Amino acid sequence: MSTASEFLTGPVARSAAAQAARRERWAPRISRVSGFLNILGLGWFVPLLRIAAGEPVKPQLLELWRSFGIPMAAIVLFLAAWGFLAPKVHTSLGVLPGPVQVWQQAESLWADHLAERAKKQAFYERQKKRNAELLASDPKADVKIRPYTGAPTYLDQIITSLETVFTGFIFAALVAVPLGVLCGLSQTVNTAINPLVQIFKPVSPLAWLPLVTMVVSALYVSADPLFPKSFLISAITVTLCSLWPTLINTAVGVASIDKDLINVSRVLRLHWTTKVIKIVLPSSLPLIFTGLRLSLGVGWMVLIAAEMLAQNPGLGKFVWDEFQNGSSASLSRIMVAVFTIGIIGFLLDRIMLALQVAFTHGETR
Amino acid sequence: MSNKSDSKQTRRRIDRRAFLKSGVSAAALAGTVPAFEIFMPSIARAALKPEKEELKFGFIKLTDMAPIAIAKENGYFEDEGLYVAVEPQANWKVLLDRVITGELDGAHMLAGQPLGATIGFGTKAHVITPFSMDLNGNGITVSNAIWAEMKPFVPKGPDGKPQHPIAAEALKKVVEKYKADGKPFNMGMVFPLSTHNYYLRYWLASSGIHPGFYSPTDISGQIMADVLLSVTPPPQMPATLEAGTILGYCVGEPWNQQAVFKGIGVPVITDFEIWKNNPEKVFGFTADFQQKNPNTVLAATKALIRAGQWLDENDNANRLKAVQILSRPEYVGADAKVIANSMTGTFEYEKGDKRSVPDFNVFFRYFATYPYYSDATWFLTQMRRWGQIAEPKPDGWYAQVAKDVYRPDIYLEAAKMLVAEGKAKKADFPWDTDGYKTATAAFIDKIEYDGRKPNEYLSKLAIGLKGDQRVTGSKVVAN
Repeated sequence: MSTASEFLTGPVARSAAAQAARRERWAPRISRVSGFLNILGLGWFVPLLRIAAGEPVKPQLLELWRSFGIPMAAIVLFLAAWGFLAPKVHTSLGVLPGPVQVWQQAESLWADHLAERAKKQAFYERQKKRNAELLASDPKADVKIRPYTGAPTYLDQIITSLETVFTGFIFAALVAVPLGVLCGLSQTVNTAINPLVQIFKPVSPLAWLPLVTMVVSALYVSADPLFPKSFLISAITVTLCSLWPTLINTAVGVASIDKDLINVSRVLRLHWTTKVIKIVLPSSLPLIFTGLRLSLGVGWMVLIAAEMLAQNPGLGKFVWDEFQNGSSASLSRIMVAVFTIGIIGFLLDRIMLALQVAFTHGETR
Repeated sequence: MSNKSDSKQTRRRIDRRAFLKSGVSAAALAGTVPAFEIFMPSIARAALKPEKEELKFGFIKLTDMAPIAIAKENGYFEDEGLYVAVEPQANWKVLLDRVITGELDGAHMLAGQPLGATIGFGTKAHVITPFSMDLNGNGITVSNAIWAEMKPFVPKGPDGKPQHPIAAEALKKVVEKYKADGKPFNMGMVFPLSTHNYYLRYWLASSGIHPGFYSPTDISGQIMADVLLSVTPPPQMPATLEAGTILGYCVGEPWNQQAVFKGIGVPVITDFEIWKNNPEKVFGFTADFQQKNPNTVLAATKALIRAGQWLDENDNANRLKAVQILSRPEYVGADAKVIANSMTGTFEYEKGDKRSVPDFNVFFRYFATYPYYSDATWFLTQMRRWGQIAEPKPDGWYAQVAKDVYRPDIYLEAAKMLVAEGKAKKADFPWDTDGYKTATAAFIDKIEYDGRKPNEYLSKLAIGLKGDQRVTGSKVVAN
């Protein structure tokens, strides 16, 4: 706006008008996108877009500094402090690793992953060769391709952890949401279930584990199980610990629906399924999603502990095995796992938030 | 045409023809026999078809899981048609439970685990073992503080260094001092049925320190104890030693050398010095699994025998390669230089005091892989000595349990196949033994052990239950 005084007429004024027109065209688009980007944690990208669209630079740079520069500076400060203080702490497993060692171990884990994939290729090649030889000598021989027997790599473990947490989370949602709706609609049910919920809510996953292990071992007996027992045990433990936030939030959400809507359903004498699907669920979605988000966060935390003891081959087992290894690289690798767990937890939370914003219409109707 | 001379001639000719024919056919048959024998081995190999080809074996992160790692890395399992995934377990209890529930098809086990499980101490299940994984391989380590208190009582050799083997006499004074001060003397071992538990107790008891009894109602193992023994998983031992929760422990490698490397403890004795060439780990399957999959168990045993052979080959020439494999994070994971010490025949006691112990780990020599009944019986006697077997048992009972659990028949069948395939030498296996080694006094206290006379052996041991004794409440009563 400071350049406005310099504009008189002619090509400069015309280009200024063209610029203003462009700004006006782009502003609503950027506003739409900015909400989306904010959810993904990429809110700092918006000022750059605005600068590209022709908005005045200085306020945008200020905005950029606020949303991006300050957190970045804090992270850099944290890394510097860590790098400085870590070598001062001596443990029996060596000096506490600094950011450089942790980064080196992250690279080494990636290299191990690639090497393991190469070994897997070689394994299948060997099998194909062996099977070809068998077929050459006996065309009717029964040949099979066996799955690779190597240890899971770091990326495999991350994927296993994600699969387990989502399984546990979906079980939890399937149990908690209907139960929560019931609690919200009926005061009697709510009063009945409430003490049980309050007692089981604070129980730690490590306390549930032995019970879950015993029950699953006793009930899940089959010659060729679809899911390994350790997977089921970890998933069920995640369910038991993460269903409470969803349950409570759903109950509260359903209980606080606008009474007018309930009256409408009574007047229209809606069948209870229609009532639930058309009125109850849509109105209580914001709180249900809040509950789901909290549940996923709790579930992710619980999963790591459950995996350590149930021996599910995920990130929890990785941390435990590294601790058992006791090598000089172990502490750095455990820290890589800590950061991975944190970053994945953050991403999961962001995804749930995006879903929540997508599915809910906002507070006003 | 048929005059007499003619017919005689034809008969002779016919006889000659018949004789020639039979002779040629006999020669032909003799000629095909070697060819038949050449084809036989491949028919025999094809006959060993494993029932279950995809297997999962469990192990604990200790250097003596080496035969499993080598059998996998050198392709011995694949040669037998087995596709084996190996998975480290959190601790010995989880490992045993998972073998019993079938999540693991077989596992690296303590020599006492199959016995304890079969007689019902802890989780009850019939577990068998056809393969002994190694001899020796443990050590007892104490904290720096305890070593400093012990050292004045350890006799010195002519070179000024402590004389080995260090008897528990030196520790006795320290234990008495703690008792006088009213402080508990805690030590760690890895599992109530572990070889470490029994060797630690043997060492302590050989100098008159009481390590505690078990009773049917109290399985902490600390009844009447001078030294309190408790369970810690091997990888957590250095940390608990540092924290002061325990003052010493008995564990397998690399955890004794880890303590030296990190400067938190001093190994005082190896189990080789407590009992020369003692049984250590075995490879266990459930009896159920073996009955349903006999060929699979045979094939796995063959692969493991080959691995043991490779580890001890050419005077331990392959050990350094084995160390590289074991130091991978999916196997033992400790630093290679920590593992290398014990695997290559040296052992570092005090920092800088490295001594040669060439047989610290024995994987094949001295018939190490044969599952001897006398070894099984020794563990049973120790279980009886400390009260894990609460009632007195006749000699015949020990022999019967040993026969139920240790399966040298499977071992010898596997060995026979390997010799026929040319992958092993006949002389490397004890074909004629009845399963009992000759009586030996190669213990630190020189008490002779004869596997055929377990009760007599028990009566020779000063501390421990003998004869009809039982533990009731906190006292030993004789009936």
